[in-house]
Amino acid sequence: MPKVKIPRKSTLVDMTAMCDVAFLLLTFFMLTTKFKADDAVVVDIPASISDIKIPETDIMTISIDKTGAVFFGVDGKFNREKLLNSIAERYKIQFTPEEIHEFSLISSFGVPIAELKNYLDMSQFERTNLKQKGIPCDSVKNELGDWVILGRIANPNYRIAISADKVVKYPVVKNVMNTLQEKNVNRFNLITTLRAKPDIK
Amino acid sequence: MAELDTSAKDNKPGKGGKKKRKKMSTRVDLTPMVDLGFLLVTFFMLTTTFSKPQTMEINMPVKADPNEKEQTQAVKASKAMTVILGAHNKIYWYEGLEENPQMNVTNFSPKGIRTVLYYKNKTINDLVVLIKSTNDATYDNLVSIFDEMNIIGVKRFALVNLDPKESELIKNLQ
Repeated sequence: MPKVKIPRKSTLVDMTAMCDVAFLLLTFFMLTTKFKADDAVVVDIPASISDIKIPETDIMTISIDKTGAVFFGVDGKFNREKLLNSIAERYKIQFTPEEIHEFSLISSFGVPIAELKNYLDMSQFERTNLKQKGIPCDSVKNELGDWVILGRIANPNYRIAISADKVVKYPVVKNVMNTLQEKNVNRFNLITTLRAKPDIK
Repeated sequence: MAELDTSAKDNKPGKGGKKKRKKMSTRVDLTPMVDLGFLLVTFFMLTTTFSKPQTMEINMPVKADPNEKEQTQAVKASKAMTVILGAHNKIYWYEGLEENPQMNVTNFSPKGIRTVLYYKNKTINDLVVLIKSTNDATYDNLVSIFDEMNIIGVKRFALVNLDPKESELIKNLQ
């Protein structure tokens, strides 16, 4: 009996198309990605319908975490150095060049100025594990005000953004807002996530 | 003879040439490349931050000086409405600027403060909303009420300090 030849179909698939897609996506994600700076603060921000984007640069961020501790951060390495120098001058603290360099790498921090030197001497690991108690900003001792005003001197283009946790109580927010108002900062941004605009009848 | 033979073979068109110039396939196995591609895609997808945070712009009035009292009084009672943020996501509101106002209680649901603001904004021209907050309100409440103003389109609103009288009124309501 003659064998009936069934032509074997190759199981190989042409991968070119798939490869194209994969690399297209790869290029897209590589170009759009922006690595998240590791923040000292974890903040669950509220939602709003406002869709104004926050500018990429020249941002001074005041963060309030859920315990009510206030954190402060500015962008730009050079500006951070400048800011620390003026803080050192005002508070009569000497910082070593290493500490200044260290400070220029920190995106946000929440320690009182008196403990700042100590904080900068810590290793990266110790710093992440430290429970930061926040920058004092009440009427007794308002260091936040100094940070803001000296930050604005370091870079007059700074816009101020407040990013606070949903559960933060109003008095803390009020303190921060009052501080800003005292320093004649009457325009600031509240960072929110976008939510859909509801229909109104 | 043998020589001749080979030459003869070589001369034959096709057969010999085919054997020697074995066409190498230009196909490469792309599977590993695809694997690598998707691995990287996954990596970038997971690390990317798509939602850039939005922001809400706030303009606060210039810090109060002692003779500021006159300015607050300049708000017409007929156009004013006060919204007070209370504890547990409650909102207290009243119209006008009376001493002993009729307090109403509502909440942040669409049927709550939004409906109230919607009708007030429709009936009263140049509505001015005074937002006050008790110490028990959260930041979320504050952002929500600003947000409601934007949703409804109330043009004039201000964040004002809470009156002791008003906190008394709220306490009585609870």
